[in-house]
Order: sequence, then structure tokens, then C-alpha cells
Amino acid sequence: MSLVETSIQTSETPLGRDDLARMVARDIKPGSFVNLGIGQPTLVSNYLVPEQNITLHTENGMLGMGPVATGDQIDGDLINAGKIPVIELPGASYFHHADSFAIMRGGHLDICVLGAFQVSATGDLANWHTGAPDAIPAVGGAMDLATGAKDVFVMMTLLTREGASKIVEACTYPLTGVGCVTRVYTDKAVFLTGPDGVRVRETFGCSLEELQALVPVPLTAAPAVEH
Amino acid sequence: MLNFVDTVGAAVAAVKDGSTVMIGGFGNAGQPFELIDALLDSGATDLTVVNNNAGQGDQGLALLIKEGRVRKMICSFPRQSDSWHFDAKYKAGEIELELVPQGNLAERIRAAGAGIGGFFTPTGYGTMLAEGKETRIIDGRGQVFETPIHADVALIKALKADGVGNLVYRKTARNFGPIMAAAARHTIVQVSEIVPTGSLDPENIVTPGIYVNSIVKVASAAGTAEQVA
Repeated sequence: MSLVETSIQTSETPLGRDDLARMVARDIKPGSFVNLGIGQPTLVSNYLVPEQNITLHTENGMLGMGPVATGDQIDGDLINAGKIPVIELPGASYFHHADSFAIMRGGHLDICVLGAFQVSATGDLANWHTGAPDAIPAVGGAMDLATGAKDVFVMMTLLTREGASKIVEACTYPLTGVGCVTRVYTDKAVFLTGPDGVRVRETFGCSLEELQALVPVPLTAAPAVEH
Repeated sequence: MLNFVDTVGAAVAAVKDGSTVMIGGFGNAGQPFELIDALLDSGATDLTVVNNNAGQGDQGLALLIKEGRVRKMICSFPRQSDSWHFDAKYKAGEIELELVPQGNLAERIRAAGAGIGGFFTPTGYGTMLAEGKETRIIDGRGQVFETPIHADVALIKALKADGVGNLVYRKTARNFGPIMAAAARHTIVQVSEIVPTGSLDPENIVTPGIYVNSIVKVASAAGTAEQVA
């Protein structure tokens, strides 16, 4: 595979967290059922617009989750997966935990958006455990989301603080799921992952060649039709 | 046999040393704090506890762990910013942890209540949490065999019970309550209100009374801001 000589750079600078969240929100198809992971993915909800008619699922037993609760809205019985108080939207429903995870595991969610430590060239995801011997492991619903949602989007910075690419040939951190990630949104580029390797949809503040110098797996430009 | 008991202390008398105890709640929502406090007072020890988390702050399950009464935790997400009591016991090697993906935790509890001997699921396939477990390729996907989680006792919180033990819950405080009620041999429920039989719409009953053994009314209101994590 080789780089295709075409410019897919769509911004002069790397994207900030909010710009990236706005882009993910824009890419979610109208009418989708979506689960947003804890942390950076939660920002996506700030940029969903009512016209998209997106229904948010939270693992602790609710569809139709609304924004974070404030003031008198705060109710200890109504929280999201991050245990933050939220509100319910018209049309919301509540269900027990096995039903909530059947929604994930049964393939009923269109998209989940998750953070990650690493994503491999074939879409393996590592996002729950550093593998450090003294770390207390905690997995929550990450493995269920990764294997159950029709599309798994990852949001992360491309590089670690030490400058290493988080897109890797093979994950060195413990896996969350095998071959599950379909798209990776980073500050420097949007990557499409799958059995055919890593394709780049667009870059931010760098050329495809400059991006390739940072990422240790072969990159190709995604055909424009998929942009 | 359904009993209405007057005190949380009498309600938790069914928990013995060495019992496996399911405790409802996700974070603080649906956590039966009064029943857990009574369990703390009861002195029962060497417990295996099934809960999504491993206690937060200095209340409820966190105190049970702090006091060394929990031999083993079966949970999906023990590590939180305020799970210091679990963290300390774990690092000291004084508590055993069985870490279970949350959907497997829920489905294994459901399976116990439904009399299912086990199931295959793609969740965890190819990860360290499936190591040593039987796997199969089903419909082209790798799947892992998971077994039910039974319990001697479940402690759960509901909003209302009627005279035959039918339960309704409140918002996301429902979480593990219905499946734990079915999975345990003896289910103890704390409710905010006991209403006359016939006053709950049968179409809206979430947990039928057949799964419930003991009900105790507690004063605490549902959904108070103080219980927000």
C-alpha cells in the first residue's frame, strides 16, 4: 500500500477536543441510537442538534438521556454511566441492567464512542487497563460496548505525552475487544480502521506524509466518496 | 414466604458468615444504604459481595469493606476516585477481586434467576478476562462461556412495594434490583413506601412479588441530592 497523492488536509491546525466532539456529532447519522463513553466522548452530546433526532443510551438503564442536570433538576436516582446527575427527555425509558446490556450486546446500538489507550491497525481496542502490576483493574461496560455496537468510534489524541502513536501495529496494553473499532477521531486526523488496514479520511494541520511519519502502520487516503 | 419486617436489623438477619450477598445499586443510585448499615451492625463476616462497584466514599459498601467483612468482591468497576477503602484492602492483599465485564455481570445474575446453566457471549473474547474460559466460534464470532452467579441473599432498594411484594423502582435506581431479586435465594427489599395490594397497576409491576422474601420500609426519601456521588 502506498500514500495516494491527494490533499486530504481539511484544517491548518490540529483539532481541539471540542472541535473533535463537534465533528463526531456531525458524523452521527440522524435517528441513531448512541452510547457515549465516559470522558472525552461525553463532549459529543454538547454538539448534537435536535434535528438529528439522536437517542442516547446510558448503560445504567435508560434510553432518552438528556443533558447534565443543574440546580433543582438534580436527582440522585437519575444519573449517567459516569454517575453524574442528568435529566430525562420526552420519550425516555428505564429498564434493568440485563436489559440495558442486551441493548448493547444484542447489536441494537448504532454507534458507541469510546476513549482509548491504543487502537491497532485492524481495529483492536485497548482502553480499560494499563496492565501495570499495581493498577487496580476496572472494566465496566467497555467490553460490552466494544463488541456490541454496530460502529465503534474512538476519540483520542494521536500521540501519548511521550510522543508515541496510539495507533499501533498491535496493541501492547490489554485488549478490550478484537477488530471492533471502525473509526478513530484524533487531533491530527480521522482514521477508518478495518480488515483492510488504516485509511485516512482527513488530516488536521499536517499532510498525509507528515502523518505517516508519526504512525507506525501503513496509511492510505480513503476514497473521497467515504469522506 | 413474604415477610414485612419492622427494622432493617431484623431484615438482614438472613445474612450469615460466609454468605454470598448481592447488593443493588450503580454508584449510589439504588444502593440500599440502610440495609447495608444494618449488615454492618449485624457482624456478619467473610462475605462474598456482588455489586457493580466496590464502594464509594465512607458509606455503605465502602464501610463494609473497610471493616474487613468482605472476603471477595465480584464487580465490574472497583476503581473510582473515592474507592479508597477497596483500594487499600486490595493493595494489602486482604480482599479477593473477581472482575467481570458489566454486561456479563448483569447477564450472569439474570441467568441465575432464570435457571440457565451458562451462556456464550462475544464480550471479552480475546481479552485477559476470558483467559482459561471455554470458547467457541458461533455465527463466525468468537464467544466465551460464562456461568451464572447465584447468591444466598440480595439486598435491594425499590420505591414502592404492595402487600404481596410486587415492586416498582425509580428512574436509574432500578439498575440491578430486578435481576438480583430473582437470582438470590432470599431477597430483602427496602422501600420508601408500602402501598395497599391492588393499588399498583399490574401492567407496571417491575418485580413480581414471587421473587421477594422480606420488605422493610425506611424513612429515607428516594432521589435526594445528598445521595448523588
